[in-house]
Amino acid sequence: MSVVDHNAIELAPRISEADVADYFALLKPRVMSLVVFTALVGLVIAPGHVHPVLAITALLCIAVGAGASGALNMALEGDIDALMSRTANRPIPRGRITSPEAMAFGMTLAFFSVLTLGILVNWIAGSLLAFTIFFYVVVYTMWLKRRTAQNIVIGGAAGSLPPVVAWAAATGSLSVEPLLLFLIIFFWTPPHFLALALFRSDDYARAGVPMLPVVAGPDATRLQILLYTIVLVAVAAAPWPLGYFDAIYGIASLILGAGMLALAINVYRRRARAESLRATRKLFAFSILYLFALFATLALEVAFRAIAPTIW
Amino acid sequence: MADRPEPDGIVLTEAQKRSRRRRSIAIALALGVLVVLFFAVTLVKGPAVLNRPL
Repeated sequence: MSVVDHNAIELAPRISEADVADYFALLKPRVMSLVVFTALVGLVIAPGHVHPVLAITALLCIAVGAGASGALNMALEGDIDALMSRTANRPIPRGRITSPEAMAFGMTLAFFSVLTLGILVNWIAGSLLAFTIFFYVVVYTMWLKRRTAQNIVIGGAAGSLPPVVAWAAATGSLSVEPLLLFLIIFFWTPPHFLALALFRSDDYARAGVPMLPVVAGPDATRLQILLYTIVLVAVAAAPWPLGYFDAIYGIASLILGAGMLALAINVYRRRARAESLRATRKLFAFSILYLFALFATLALEVAFRAIAPTIW
Repeated sequence: MADRPEPDGIVLTEAQKRSRRRRSIAIALALGVLVVLFFAVTLVKGPAVLNRPL
């Protein structure tokens, strides 16, 4: 009769071989780069002078806060990430990092990013960063993601807040301009993510995530993409006639908006599988360029006005 | 009663030791950045760093 020492088996600790690169991947660096860029624009367009050290501190805290959100999101979504080809290579599904390790990592980064921004810059910015992380992790990831097709529409508010946090860091207050930036990113999110969901709908269906193409079908998604793009183009151009931003931005927003609209119409019209796939991939890729170019124009316009105020 | 040898405990493999060392260095660097950041902002703000309205 053999005796098996069950305690020894259960107590055998799991020794991590996770590398720094695995933890870095938890931060979703590509998402972080867009967050940092939009936050930088929020800092640049804010009135008054911000000391470079404080500006760098604010950007660093916003970047780390965004990374914390990504890590906490991955900690909570290890099960569905393993089922989708786009996310199967992330550190948790690959077995490099466990969900509790990612949770501890994310919570630590969230705590220090909020605390550092609050103490070193101001508590309006710190509170907004805490709210952004809470919204992304609790409202989007835990509450909306697996329950409703409106997940990315409402959840998009979290991704829209970084320029508002940056403005608050620079000025210690809030104003209409950062709210306009918020609205632009908020209405940019649905066409961007619905295009992704359209060409990854098999992935989402396999994982049981109720994205719009899975629950309402591709045609309804194409219509929603088109409608949200029309609203986006109008919202992005509005600051020009309203007098918040000048002509360079206004013209750039109309040209870029025409590109987005043309690609969204293309997605709406092309229904055959291969054609549809190409059209949605084009829209998805262009939407990233659109947001970068729009915000870059805004920053350049403000910088140009600061350098050459007399000829403006 | 015969003496029993002391148990070896957990022995890390070379790969585990290497990854642990790299993680430790990353944590040390992050802490270093945090210290430098607090020091730099204290210099920038001067005494006002202790006098902030909530």
